[in-house]
Amino acid sequence: MNFWLLLVIQVVVMLALVLTFSLVVIYVELKAGSHMQGRIGPYYAGGKYGWAAPLADAAKFLQKEDLAPAKADRTVFGLAPYVVMMSTLAVFVVIPLGPDLVVVNLDLGVYFVLAISSLSVLGVLMAGWSSANKYSLLGGLRAAAQLIAYELPLVLAVLAVVIQAGTMSLNGIVEAQNDVWFTVGSFDVSLPFIFRGQIIGFVIFMIAAVAELSRIPFDMPIAESELTMGYLTEYSGIRFTMFFLGEYASLIGLSAIAATIFLGGYGFPGVSGDMANYLGPFILFGKIAILAFFIIWIRWTWPRVREDQLQSLAWTWLIPIALANIFVIAVLKVVL
Amino acid sequence: MSDNDAAQDSGRGNDRGAVTEPSPRFPFVGLLKGMGLTFRTMIKRAPVTMYPDVKEIPVPRARGVISLDVDNCTVCMLCARECPDWCIYIEGHKEEKAPSKPGGRVRTKSTLDRFDIDFGLCMYCGICVEVCPFDALYWTPEYEYSTYSLVDLLHNKQKLTEWLATVPEPPYIET
Repeated sequence: MNFWLLLVIQVVVMLALVLTFSLVVIYVELKAGSHMQGRIGPYYAGGKYGWAAPLADAAKFLQKEDLAPAKADRTVFGLAPYVVMMSTLAVFVVIPLGPDLVVVNLDLGVYFVLAISSLSVLGVLMAGWSSANKYSLLGGLRAAAQLIAYELPLVLAVLAVVIQAGTMSLNGIVEAQNDVWFTVGSFDVSLPFIFRGQIIGFVIFMIAAVAELSRIPFDMPIAESELTMGYLTEYSGIRFTMFFLGEYASLIGLSAIAATIFLGGYGFPGVSGDMANYLGPFILFGKIAILAFFIIWIRWTWPRVREDQLQSLAWTWLIPIALANIFVIAVLKVVL
Repeated sequence: MSDNDAAQDSGRGNDRGAVTEPSPRFPFVGLLKGMGLTFRTMIKRAPVTMYPDVKEIPVPRARGVISLDVDNCTVCMLCARECPDWCIYIEGHKEEKAPSKPGGRVRTKSTLDRFDIDFGLCMYCGICVEVCPFDALYWTPEYEYSTYSLVDLLHNKQKLTEWLATVPEPPYIET
């Protein structure tokens, strides 16, 4: 097939999938969060269960005036949401939806994902600096400190999996989890990495992922009681929508990485061959949905931690534990 | 002083029953308990009255709105003067009344021309109701009088009298 045609199809399909799924996650956040607080949440929009609330929200945001502060650095201010959005969406380039359903099967898939997703720090810093607003600046700096602190445990947790799987390709990691690990009688057992001694790594990854998303309990960058809205303070209209959608898209992105690396990605016991190509996306999205719900559930339950607690958690607990985890995994890999 | 406090504390402790030992603290148990709580709340029915479709029945003593019994009002202005934020507007005039007996003195009677309450200003303290010596003002639990504009919250004599119909029966007085 023509290269450009294929590219356009891939981009459109991936964009549609990710943005639709973001809207679904936003709806679940509104609805489940409300019910967790004993409220109803969206109810009238769309006729039943308020299903159209995220769409109505998006339409409302798009109608609003696109304001920029008088002293803002216009170029950087305007560019920041796109940087965040692009770094979020680029993650999905290497996420395999099935054995053959992947945009690019990079040999360095894990590296690419971690590198590109940490680019969003840049966008957040740009937004915070260019807004010419003290709240934005403090929010941006907090976000930078937080994202750098939690990038490390995130990478180290993934590194342990890379050692165990022996490959940096995301497809390779999924296949390693689908391979037969051991046999009980004549029954082949293949388990995802979370059940193969990576449980600590998974917990560290999820904690770091929630911090990377700067969601409660780690939402100091936008702590609304302290910084109004952090680096989002001055944004409105379509640029705010970009940040907002990007936040949920990156929730899905990080959930997708966690699902791929720790939970077996598109793989499921008994699904193989051609069937994996058809069922793979649904299996993967099911796993992403579970993780996304978990992150939402945490958000509506736990209180916010303090800035210094956040830093000490990362540097004095998560990073040493992640290093020890790598050490143990590496030793076991050599010994077994 | 401190002894007194201690005595009070122990007294309160006894009220509650057995003194509860602080349970041994495992790390993160509280967080997990919280997650259990939110999950249970989520799958339960939300304790919400779907207001425009389902009307909530307020308690009889609810301070919904103040109603006026025009016949009882003597235009004494006590309510207007006691109102902390001056949201009651009263105007009246005196009318001559025929003497009760032939050859008697002509009486004057105060009649009410205007009695407006600005519910945009009212803070529902109820001092006017308390202070009225002739029981002309009553609380009613009626609450559906919100408007799109602030100025529409100024309600006149007719409107306040309409609300009189919603005043609940006074409670039974014990003798």
